[in-house]
Amino acid sequence: MTGVDAMNDDDAPVIRLEGVAKSFVLHNQGGIELDVFRGIDLDVFAGESVALHGPSGTGKSSLIRLIYGNYLCSTGRILVRHGGGVTDIAKAAPHEIIELRRHTMGYVSQFLRVIPRVPALQVVAEPLRAVGIRADEAEARAGEMLARFNIPERLWSLAPATFSGGEQQRVNLARGFVMDYPVLLVDEPTASLDHANRDVVIDQIRAAVDRGAAVVGIFHDAAVRETAATRIVELTPAGAAA
Amino acid sequence: MTTMSAQEARDDGPLLTATGISHSYGDRIGCRDVTLDLWPGEVLGVVGESGSGKTTLLNCLSARFIPAAGALNYLLRTGETADVYAMGEAERRMLMRTDWGFVHQNPRDGLRMGVSAGANVGERLMAVGARHYGAIREQVTDWLGRVEMDLGRIDDLPTQFSGGMQQRVQIARNLVSGPRLVFMDEPTGGLDVSVQARLLDLLRGLTNDLGLSAVIVTHDLAVARLLSHRLMVMRRGEVVEQGLTDQVLDDPQHAYTQLLVSSVLQT
Amino acid sequence: MTAPATAQDSGYNFAYLDEQTKRMVRRAILKAVAIPGHQVPFGSREMPLPYGWGTGGIQVTASIIGLADVLKVIDQGADDTTNAVSIRRFFARTAGIATTEKTEDATVIQTRHRIPEMNLRDDQIIVYQVPIPEPLRWLEARETETRKMHGLADYGVMHVKLYEDIAKYGHIETSYDYPVLINGRYLMSPSPIPKFDNPKMHEMGALQLFGAGREKRIYAIPPYTRVESLDFEDHPFQVQTWGAVCAICGDGESFLDEVITDDQGGSMYICSDTDHCGRRVVAGHKGPGGPEEST
Repeated sequence: MTGVDAMNDDDAPVIRLEGVAKSFVLHNQGGIELDVFRGIDLDVFAGESVALHGPSGTGKSSLIRLIYGNYLCSTGRILVRHGGGVTDIAKAAPHEIIELRRHTMGYVSQFLRVIPRVPALQVVAEPLRAVGIRADEAEARAGEMLARFNIPERLWSLAPATFSGGEQQRVNLARGFVMDYPVLLVDEPTASLDHANRDVVIDQIRAAVDRGAAVVGIFHDAAVRETAATRIVELTPAGAAA
Repeated sequence: MTTMSAQEARDDGPLLTATGISHSYGDRIGCRDVTLDLWPGEVLGVVGESGSGKTTLLNCLSARFIPAAGALNYLLRTGETADVYAMGEAERRMLMRTDWGFVHQNPRDGLRMGVSAGANVGERLMAVGARHYGAIREQVTDWLGRVEMDLGRIDDLPTQFSGGMQQRVQIARNLVSGPRLVFMDEPTGGLDVSVQARLLDLLRGLTNDLGLSAVIVTHDLAVARLLSHRLMVMRRGEVVEQGLTDQVLDDPQHAYTQLLVSSVLQT
Repeated sequence: MTAPATAQDSGYNFAYLDEQTKRMVRRAILKAVAIPGHQVPFGSREMPLPYGWGTGGIQVTASIIGLADVLKVIDQGADDTTNAVSIRRFFARTAGIATTEKTEDATVIQTRHRIPEMNLRDDQIIVYQVPIPEPLRWLEARETETRKMHGLADYGVMHVKLYEDIAKYGHIETSYDYPVLINGRYLMSPSPIPKFDNPKMHEMGALQLFGAGREKRIYAIPPYTRVESLDFEDHPFQVQTWGAVCAICGDGESFLDEVITDDQGGSMYICSDTDHCGRRVVAGHKGPGGPEEST
């Protein structure tokens, strides 16, 4: 069985990539076409954490962004189990992807896109509020997560725009981990973190795996990769060798 | 996934469906063959340079004028779908002042400059039959508070306000009737950067909290990224690209979009 | 005070206007009566007096008056002010009709700023002089838009004006030209009469005609028509009160004018409707009297 039908089984993968290719056409630079990768097939099951590995330039971040719908898939299918069905990210309408991101799929990068004037606590609580969780409960959970990432409580009511780079990164991590998404995408979450906070990230990822989430991540640090990933997938410029 | 958000009650389908919208000014094309769906709770950004037809499109979508060609369907609260262009004028006006809002770039176009801020906000309520001064006043005060206006100035004329404050009054004036769909034409255009940031934050909070659907026309990609879920890029009256906002901005496909994105100054 | 019909000045057509113009005005009036409160455009003529002096009212009066009619003209309730006297003389001269100052004797009453205190009968016609016929004008400057608003009965904004009053003064301060809704449909300016007179328009026996010469509009309220003054539930429509009585006739229920009598701030109140006041004096009513006067 392939594709959608295969994915409706309970023990079927949560994410399935079929013949995924990505290329960029730079229209304003003579129309050159950059092939990032092609022919990628990958299954990710519930309760596992897949680390994408390979030299830089193999498109690890691009692949994660493709799954998240942030990059447009050139060819192939990106199937994700969502709300009792299966959605092909490569073809889904924007509102379907928004819906899927709201409930099913989280994405954690190292960069926080700062929203002017919104306090850190609200930044972290927002994903919870977006699925209809009441303000007081959302804020309680957000506070818990901020505390876990060692953001002092006196900063919670301030907008992160004025925070240091490290603090902003940790606010972003707290936001990324606050919801228990069934699918979690993480792109170098531990880059430039100190040991204590790096361990918090690892704990969060392991907790996600334990509750049955499907995790796809990029971990530059070998030690982190060893502890955070349950499986390593090598990416080469030619394609994936899963 | 156990809780449902307000935005989720979307089984009924799109709130607004535009099909084949085309409008010209003589030989000059305003917009050509635009088709789109707007879903409940969705904020659509329309970007493009001056003259790209985005304001013409906004005027067609908001039925401020009826285009030469195209259809516009709107899902009423009753669950019925209305053909907006075929509606009677009275019905359309009622829709525009209850279920819809329109925020103009220049507050002078959206406010009555000769009456107080409070009366401006209360007008929609009175227009649909509110006849209790105390109740009207209460709602007006509540809304001016929500747009962070100094309530001591509720009875001042808009002419005595700064541009940013005028814009706040205009927003309150539109939202007081609890609309489901708001159209905005460069809502933060012409304002100082700091004022703009506060206003954007306000708009973002309001659209999130109220589960509003919105169509926001802007030439500022940062505004589009902050406010919209979905983006439509227009050029010479045509939609050259559309998709999820972060996807269009991070992985633009069309040459023109790539040019737009690469032209943004990084700070 | 009643002047009998005399010979018409032979230099004029009857009632000054030519017959074609009068027909045109009558057609406008018929349409106005058929659509109560709706403003009907008409080809307002140049009159031998300036706009603002009642040219609209005069054209309406000239078009409806006949040889058998008795005309009364009041300005601010009084029959003896310049404007009233000259309009009365104008018709006496150009139409040779009888004139009167007695409300009950008149068949046509032309007025500026007042409605007589006495109930008008359905064999009488009252003609109002109107400066600005459009009640929505101060809220909406575009005629195209105000017409659309009337067409759609889109009148909610009218309450904005009343809202502003309450916000500013704590009550509805508008005291003249107070907007009314005619027969539940058309919003109408009652002309600059005091709101004290608004209730008299409601279900009035007499036909009410309104003429605006400069703005070229005629509108009407047929006899026994519903006339409602706009208001808020918690700020209901109220008429003025004075807490005083007329110095001459002692009436405490008619519309009173304050008359300043000296430089020390002394004043007294007298009836604005001179005919009403005079009739009460004849009937033996007496007021507290004002300061001694040489007359």
